[in-house]
Amino acid sequence: MTTVLTEQGPAEIEAAPTPDTDALWLAPAEAERVFGWTLKPEGLCRGEVCIPVPAGSEADYVADGAVNIAAFFRRMGKPVLTSRDRDVWLFGESAGDRAAQLESLEAPDFTLPDLHGKPHSLSDYRGTKVFLTTWASW
Amino acid sequence: MDLPVWQALYERLKDDNFTIIAVAMDSRDGDPLPWVEAASPTYPVLVDRDHLLADLYNMTNVPQAVWIDEQGAIVRPAENAGAYEAFRARDPKTGAPSESAMATLADAKRTYVEAIADWVAKGPESEHVFDRQQALDHLSRPNDDTALAHAHFRLAQHLIRLGRGEEADAHLGEAKRLHPDSWNILRQAIPPNDMGLAVDPDFIARVQSLGRKHYYPPVDMKGMPSGDPPTAD
Repeated sequence: MTTVLTEQGPAEIEAAPTPDTDALWLAPAEAERVFGWTLKPEGLCRGEVCIPVPAGSEADYVADGAVNIAAFFRRMGKPVLTSRDRDVWLFGESAGDRAAQLESLEAPDFTLPDLHGKPHSLSDYRGTKVFLTTWASW
Repeated sequence: MDLPVWQALYERLKDDNFTIIAVAMDSRDGDPLPWVEAASPTYPVLVDRDHLLADLYNMTNVPQAVWIDEQGAIVRPAENAGAYEAFRARDPKTGAPSESAMATLADAKRTYVEAIADWVAKGPESEHVFDRQQALDHLSRPNDDTALAHAHFRLAQHLIRLGRGEEADAHLGEAKRLHPDSWNILRQAIPPNDMGLAVDPDFIARVQSLGRKHYYPPVDMKGMPSGDPPTAD
């Protein structure tokens, strides 16, 4: 079993073993379930956005009906990291996406637990002025 | 520690369509608990072990704050939440804080809190609310290294939770290297001292080497301290 960490939290996936340490091959249905990206003839798509498979390196991205999700994320400039045994993968967001979100001035939404474990989302407080502040015990 | 300050402000303004959300950038289980119990906050206090907020809002230290209006729009991007680096003006021999720096610290927090109250009362008419262009001018944007640093930090925290601390250390090291301006990342990696503070010789040396750079950058707001940081004299 392989754990994938995305902004939505951890997800367990079935990944095909591969000798290529940089690759994470998933069935298209798994890619869609965990990442929200769908394999289509025009590339890997989410909403209106499609990432075409680069000509000449098709086999690095889509092969035998599986998707190398790590290759697609790297192509989008998103950080992809793995643990030593490659049993944990982290898929981050690119600086460009983060900056674009901030430049929209629409406050990025998040969901975090309170001390009792109850989740709170920023969007729950829409309609209210929010003073969002950080602190730390350290 | 700001929680009691925010609690007093929340009590005063909570019936005016206003809330405070205080997010603890604490990665270790249970660390924030004693502080929260002491302050008994009635506004939400959330725990962000992976520093997601720092990643989303490009924050590098605590306390930092964002003002968000009723439509979910940022009217003041991430900024120092009214803190003042009075600790840098301690007498090097006795460790006693400088009286003038402590007075500036108290003034700064009071000014910042009153600015929030002014925003809550006047909304977009408050002089402390930025227009679109001002907000963009005050925005700090992440770069590729900071985005990668946050990815390493998140992976490290997950590995720590799996009991794989040694493997996590390499990723924490990468996070620190890639994002040297982040006190959040640096200090989370320091074990707390007797007073519960993440202060070690490396941290002290880094603060001392700041020179005229700020630990808490000045807030661009009327009445807030500006100019060089205080020094021990």
